Amino acid sequence: MEDLEKRVAELEDRVTMLGYRISVMENRDPVLEMQNVEKHFGGVHAIDNFSVKIEQGQIHGLIGPNGAGKTTIFNNITGIYAPDAGKILFRGYDITGSSPHRVAQLGIGRTFQNIRLFSNLSVMDNVIIASGMDATYNLAEAIFHNKNYRRREQHLQDKAMHLLEIVGLQDKANERASALPYGHQRKLEIARAMALEPKLLLLDEPAAGMNADESMELVDFVQEIRSRFKITILMIEHHMDVVSNLCDYCTVLNFGKTLAVGTPAEVKSNPEVIRAYLGGTE
Amino acid sequence: MIEFFNNINTGICSFLHINSYIQGVVVLLCINIIAILGMAVLTGFTRLFSFGNAGFMAIGAYTAAILIVRHNVNFLIAMIIGAAFAGFIAFLLGSLTLKLKGDYFLITCLGFGECVRVLFNYFKKLTGGSAGFPGIPNYSSMLFAVICAILAFFIAWRFIHSKYGRNLTSIRENELAAEAVGINAFRYKRLSFTFSAVYAGWAGALYAGYMMYIVPTNFALNKSIELITTTVIGGLGSLTGSVLGAMLVTLLPEVFRSLSNYRMLIYGFAVVLIIMFRPNGLYGYKEFSLKRTIAWFKKLFGGKAKAGKEEA
Repeated sequence: MEDLEKRVAELEDRVTMLGYRISVMENRDPVLEMQNVEKHFGGVHAIDNFSVKIEQGQIHGLIGPNGAGKTTIFNNITGIYAPDAGKILFRGYDITGSSPHRVAQLGIGRTFQNIRLFSNLSVMDNVIIASGMDATYNLAEAIFHNKNYRRREQHLQDKAMHLLEIVGLQDKANERASALPYGHQRKLEIARAMALEPKLLLLDEPAAGMNADESMELVDFVQEIRSRFKITILMIEHHMDVVSNLCDYCTVLNFGKTLAVGTPAEVKSNPEVIRAYLGGTE
Repeated sequence: MIEFFNNINTGICSFLHINSYIQGVVVLLCINIIAILGMAVLTGFTRLFSFGNAGFMAIGAYTAAILIVRHNVNFLIAMIIGAAFAGFIAFLLGSLTLKLKGDYFLITCLGFGECVRVLFNYFKKLTGGSAGFPGIPNYSSMLFAVICAILAFFIAWRFIHSKYGRNLTSIRENELAAEAVGINAFRYKRLSFTFSAVYAGWAGALYAGYMMYIVPTNFALNKSIELITTTVIGGLGSLTGSVLGAMLVTLLPEVFRSLSNYRMLIYGFAVVLIIMFRPNGLYGYKEFSLKRTIAWFKKLFGGKAKAGKEEA
């Protein structure tokens, strides 16, 4: 009788756990919501009252002239800075002021404007390090190489190889990351961010330094990643052709202030945006 | 237990005709290897510089010595407690100081190492002060030291080639990117610091058993500097390179005994030369591999070998 009760309790536990998982999966909250976020450096308002809402599966562009505060927004989301005011919600969960590794563990992957790879490590290791959350073994297991350790390490290798195949770097798995050409380094950085299995991917100027052909290739690549992983993307980009081909919505910033929000076509014809970009005469 | 090891050791040594001078050199080498492996994990793989590791050696040495002499603890257990205690102190110190950036951490370590030395001088009742702590039984026989060094290398190797080592290396390469892929840099740095202190404590405990008499000045700043320079000479990011560095630094002074007055001078030159010509140390980021060494020798003697073939 007692056994039965115990089993019932166990089953109940599992049902609630399952319910919780489903609620997480069916999370209807926007993937990212920023409410009136502000960040000052001394007297400079790097971001001023910035709000944005990004729904599941969207690609949202962040554009604006240099110094408009785009990267500051990224750094506020990823916890490098803590905002001075406002709130940042990730799938309904408040991440304002969380530390960078916590934000990454929750499922926000990012790339950097000036590529930051683990240069002296192999391409493979770059990706494996990022899937560190799957490496659930302890120190003793690592020293004695038990079954769990070997299984986990094998899994990490397979997963990294799979990601490298997707970005087309499988032949370079054992090369040093710094030996890759520029375009491949960008792709590796994206693969590394994807190894976190993020729900939201932040791309900081992925097309920087690319010519027209290369940026069109990048557009296809990002679209493929979006459809394959059902991921939401927020990207900073200067190339307007990349933005119009890729983004569902975009936000235009100037000196920390939001100038316009809308589809790329709407934004492009907005007179204020044109003035900010081309310089107004009035 | 001590007799057990010592007897086997005497047996092996008389069988292989190893005299006591060579035994002593080997023990010293093993002690240095253990301390430098810890240093390699901290400096080579995590890129944190600590000028306080001699302090951790002192903690390990004194803890083990006091436990054995005053409390009749088995020397193996005393050694483990000594190493663990050094690790514990490093854990606390790391919790306080590892949030500091770059140079500040280095300075705190420097201060810590000196504090330990001064404190051990000061607490005369516990440590014997500057007169030293005598009467430690000789448990660091060659056999035991070699077993310890092999074990230390094995553990460090597995540690570095698991997720722990990978995460430490990622912090060395780019801390911001490491954080961005979910690595808690602070916790991993503290782990690395603790690991290196445990190794330093281990080496210190062995040292106590080898010298049979320890004084705080054995563990002065010079020792810390020696540990760091050895790691730099061996290779910043290579365990085998660190072992090679330890061999060079321990064995060369023995070979060139007549030059021992100029030891620190030669050190300085060696470090400057290595920084100029091989900034990542002798081995750099690579581990020793037999294949590559053979390939290197082949290249070196490539001309001769080819000529030989043509003749045949």
